[in-house]
Amino acid sequence: MNIWLVMFLGGLITFGMRFSLIYLFGRFEVPETLRKALHYVPPAVLSAIIFPEMFLHDALLNLSFGNDRLLAGLVAVLVAWFSKNTLVTIVAGMLALFLLQLIR
Amino acid sequence: MSEKGNFFWAGVRAEFPLLVGVFPFGMIYGALALNAGISSLASQMMSSIVFAGSAQFITTQLVYESAPGLVIVLTIAVLNLRHMLYSASLAPYLASLSTRWKVLLSYLLTDEAYAPGIIHYEREGLQPFSHWFLLGAGFSLWSIWQVSTALGIFLGTAIPESWSLDFALPLTFIAMLIPVLKNRPAIAAALSAGVVALAAYSLPYRLGLILAALVGIAVGTFLEGRKSPRGTL
Repeated sequence: MNIWLVMFLGGLITFGMRFSLIYLFGRFEVPETLRKALHYVPPAVLSAIIFPEMFLHDALLNLSFGNDRLLAGLVAVLVAWFSKNTLVTIVAGMLALFLLQLIR
Repeated sequence: MSEKGNFFWAGVRAEFPLLVGVFPFGMIYGALALNAGISSLASQMMSSIVFAGSAQFITTQLVYESAPGLVIVLTIAVLNLRHMLYSASLAPYLASLSTRWKVLLSYLLTDEAYAPGIIHYEREGLQPFSHWFLLGAGFSLWSIWQVSTALGIFLGTAIPESWSLDFALPLTFIAMLIPVLKNRPAIAAALSAGVVALAAYSLPYRLGLILAALVGIAVGTFLEGRKSPRGTL
């Protein structure tokens, strides 16, 4: 699919969700189960993307110390945990990867 | 100044700290989108067509991995489901507005516009020009997002290949993930989604991502349901 079509559909869906209940006010309520489920969208989607980035190397599981991205990712997890700051986390992770690549 | 103007600028002022925080992300997005092979025009236009930070970052990542378009669209849909909650929560305050206003304010309804908007409505109650506050917050964020994207695209062309810039994306996701791990169901959702993503990685069309997300959401919802007294019928 063309990137423009992806953007157009993605934008349409995003707008649709933002507009949905403002438009349907009084005619539709979000069911309780869906309301609960929505809280788990960010942790689920984010780790579904992060895990393969960190643990897989050429589509194979790599849990060794030779996996720079895993080590740099773990540094970022620790920094994110203590700093709660997105920019600091990105900089720390990039720096860790840079240093690891430098010493090998 | 007119009363409309007063509300508009109050919205801009309330948004200001968020604008400062969002600016670097617009730049990072612009640089990464370019790095992922998206043209500068498309990278820029995504910021106004989709206008949702996390969805744009994830689209960039998936384009970089050559995921099929339909999977990207589905992922955007799942990720932006939360906007229905914002929509529901603001709906009573916007009920009397014209459809044109509802469309405009819905388009501008990001996480960062919702937060000061709902706080304003809950604190001040509904007033005749309250929607101008939401417009001020939403429009200032929109403008800053466009400018910072453009700057990121401009600077992105100057970043050398050897910097492994693509790794900044998973790092951004890590920084977004850690703060939402507030309780056991959320941690379980994250771990189960991550493990399924690894196990299902070889599925075609990157369907493993959608599957992993759905499993994670189901695990979190189930665990939360078990915890609450209503769930133990």
